[in-house]
Amino acid sequence: MVPEGTPGACWIRGRIIDGTGAPVVDALVESWQADPDGRFDHPDDPRGARPSTVPGFRGFGRCETDAQGQYALLTVKPGALPTPEGETEAPHLALSVFARGLLHRLVTRVYFPDEAGNVTDPVLRGVDPARRGTLLASPAPDGYRFDICLQGEHETVFFAV
Amino acid sequence: MTQDTTTGKLVLPGYRRDDVEAHPPLLSPGYKSTVSRAPRQPLTYLPQRLTEITGPLLGAGRLGELDHDLTRQHDGEPLGQRIIVHGRVLDGDGRAVPHTLVEIWQANAAGRYRHTLDNWPAPLDPNFTGIGRALTDAQGRYEFVTVQPGAYPWRNHDNAWRPAHIHFSLFGRAFTQRLVTQMYFPGDPLFSQDPIFNSVRDEQARQRMVARYDHATTRPEWALAYEFDIVLRGRDATPFEDEDDDE
Repeated sequence: MVPEGTPGACWIRGRIIDGTGAPVVDALVESWQADPDGRFDHPDDPRGARPSTVPGFRGFGRCETDAQGQYALLTVKPGALPTPEGETEAPHLALSVFARGLLHRLVTRVYFPDEAGNVTDPVLRGVDPARRGTLLASPAPDGYRFDICLQGEHETVFFAV
Repeated sequence: MTQDTTTGKLVLPGYRRDDVEAHPPLLSPGYKSTVSRAPRQPLTYLPQRLTEITGPLLGAGRLGELDHDLTRQHDGEPLGQRIIVHGRVLDGDGRAVPHTLVEIWQANAAGRYRHTLDNWPAPLDPNFTGIGRALTDAQGRYEFVTVQPGAYPWRNHDNAWRPAHIHFSLFGRAFTQRLVTQMYFPGDPLFSQDPIFNSVRDEQARQRMVARYDHATTRPEWALAYEFDIVLRGRDATPFEDEDDDE
């Protein structure tokens, strides 16, 4: 979502696993997010379209999985977002997963482990507490780790949008 | 629509959710790969908020002059029947989706993809990559020039063959409008045995994946033509939608 060398950038890396535990080696992951100020350079944002203050920020990223089912996205942490209900969404990325055997994309969200706002996030609050953890990235040396399980005991929460 | 200045509340556009009949169930066991890949838990309802009603507006200034012409991306011409594939990108209310990125990928005329995981014994074509990109114009129109893709075998079931198809990827203007689909050719005898085509259960919805032969757009002594319109989700009919209300 940002050029390499962007100050404060972090990697979000993870692995996609199918119901047999095998890596999904032919997936494409796409991400979409607000900038660090919680703004979008998009005309439908009622607060107004605003180019990011982060040079080269696109908000959009795309990565194919490799032979181990791994993907990596370089980004800067997004800001929190206001909601029409007057609440606040904690910083998050929207992910789409495409692959052979997925007749339409899967949508999930990446939340950050160190965000106090996760507790009051309206989306996380609406998810079964036993499965909420599947939407939380974990800290990693150069950023965060976010594995995606298509099925099984740790099946990631996927959304209907 | 803008921020409601009296209350400071955000007012966001909404997009209609998918008709359950129009899209295939994720778990469609006739298509074997879905069995280990389709999530087993029900999807969680996600309200459409700022992240979902915005999305990447890609392409402007980034497309090459020949990105839409798959027959002119190499030194020589690819083998196969030259075709024009064109149409409009519309939303569910019939409104054009202008200036939006349309990506395609396809097998060559022999039914082979240029991809490391495709190694069935059909020839690669040194003059065909099989990838194209275009932006719709102000009326939502796009056009590609390519060659008719071939059918190819796959190992889903005994003697399984995919009908000839072109993959389409669309962004629309919002994350919630993202769509990846396949375009098929009219009258293909392979439809009846293809579990991907038939994973769309509604007959009328299946026909919306089949292009129309378009004789009027053929170029004499040059190329045949097919028309394929793509409909993305429409806006919810909310009172906030009418732009005149802004006045």
